[in-house]
Amino acid sequence: MAITFEHVGYTYQANTPLATPALTDVSFTVPDHGYLAIIGHTGSGKSTLIQQLNALLKPTTGQLTVDQFTVTPTTTNADLKPLRRHVGMVFQFPESQLFAETIRQDIAFGPQNFGLDPDKALKLADEMLALVGLDASYAQRSPFELSGGQMRRVAIAGVLAMHPKVLVLDEPTAGLDPQGRQEMMSLFERLHREQGLTIVLVTHQMEDVAQYAEQVAVMQHGTLLRVGTPQEIFSDVAWLRTADLDLPRAAQFAQKLAQRGVNWPQGLPLTADDLAAQLAAQWSTKGVDHV
Amino acid sequence: MSKFLFGRYLPLNSIVHRLDPRNKLLLSFCYIILVFLANNWLSYLILIAFTLGAIRASTIPLRIFVRGIRPLIWLILFTVALQLLFSPTGGHVYFHWTFINVTQYGVVNAGYIFIRFLLIITMSTLLTLSTQPLDIATGLASLMKPLRWVRVPVDTLAMMLSIALRFVPTLMDEAQKIMNAQRARGVDFGEGGLIKQAKALLPLMVPLFISAFNRAEDLSIAMEARGYQDSEHRSQYRILTWQRRDTVTWLIFALGLALILICRRW
Repeated sequence: MAITFEHVGYTYQANTPLATPALTDVSFTVPDHGYLAIIGHTGSGKSTLIQQLNALLKPTTGQLTVDQFTVTPTTTNADLKPLRRHVGMVFQFPESQLFAETIRQDIAFGPQNFGLDPDKALKLADEMLALVGLDASYAQRSPFELSGGQMRRVAIAGVLAMHPKVLVLDEPTAGLDPQGRQEMMSLFERLHREQGLTIVLVTHQMEDVAQYAEQVAVMQHGTLLRVGTPQEIFSDVAWLRTADLDLPRAAQFAQKLAQRGVNWPQGLPLTADDLAAQLAAQWSTKGVDHV
Repeated sequence: MSKFLFGRYLPLNSIVHRLDPRNKLLLSFCYIILVFLANNWLSYLILIAFTLGAIRASTIPLRIFVRGIRPLIWLILFTVALQLLFSPTGGHVYFHWTFINVTQYGVVNAGYIFIRFLLIITMSTLLTLSTQPLDIATGLASLMKPLRWVRVPVDTLAMMLSIALRFVPTLMDEAQKIMNAQRARGVDFGEGGLIKQAKALLPLMVPLFISAFNRAEDLSIAMEARGYQDSEHRSQYRILTWQRRDTVTWLIFALGLALILICRRW
């Protein structure tokens, strides 16, 4: 099992008058090469949860396992470096982590910290630049000359350069234009499919959840409400509303059609492609007059 | 970072919390003068009584102050030790070795310094714990008003002060965020030798400055777009009012001052 949470709880500023519990009794499992999406209303504990994954925050109760690593409340910082390399974190607005003189040096920074020889790290940086869709002319430029979207790519390349086995993404497409969003999400999908990366994605974009995730975890007020496939999670619309969440747009539209008498024998379609396929099938069997 | 309570605000609703911030600032300032006026044990006893009374009135538990002082205790002890070991000869000499003199005069003075530190830190912690940063800024701006006549740009300073205060927590969050991101990229903060530690700060400082520049640019544009021209002829949203309880605090302060002046004579 790639990732296992066992009764993990986390309290900010524990043992002070300002103590605030952020996670209570979270247990779930993500299989090897899984793709988990974590959804929930703002402030539901999603970001706290994912920071447990590379022990930037250590659980105050319970324990979690990421492949061969186990993190408990008593794990010391000295044991964590291999874990940090194993789990790549892309934070919200990761472009704010850029600092080096050239893009190349910035991307090579992570691998060098984990002991890779500087020459090899720079070579690796060039590869990563191509992977995130920037050409070689960018290598020697300053990261601060770039547009916001390009800076984000460089930051993500800097994380991918460490060759993590688990990739944690905290709203990686927030603030990007539709095309940039599309490109980013398909890059992650490709890494997941081709290199077998386990992906943990925090997002508010239900479309991305429906399209890419294999498993969905729903958070509310620091507790885990449900874990299941997108199909399971999105089938109970009334329950979703109570968790302050909504259906993907395609499913919303399909639901409106259902109110007008269209049946969805294979379950509510969640993506536009699925919706189109099911509609097309019905079109050919029932003919034009039904619509 | 969570250990430092100095400079934090604790939202309660005591009489101290509801005092006029200008009043609290002035009182804290005058209190410091009062602390230096005290010159014998009896006067310090009076001051301690007044300080404990103020803490009691604020309804903030005493242990929070103890915790707030703990990070500063080494600084205090260091100063006290210097005073103790290197005082000029005076009174009874307890211990003498080359240039180290422990004298009666030194011991007494070290004790005074210890109490002075404690009292001043406690009172200023009380000020920040019971007053919102924005209120402190408004209070300071209001107290600086007379300086306008000597051409000090009071309004500009007040604007800068309130913006600075507003962005302290934002920049702290930002710093924490960048630190986490760099940690995830394998940076060890606070480990290794001095040079290694200083080098590790670079990936934190550069993005933090860049982000502050960007923020300043965005903020100035947003301010201009909302009709901010220069700081003159602005009306005020927060209006501070002096109330009866503020006057009462000064009566108490006068009582304390009188008692200490009487004690000084002894």
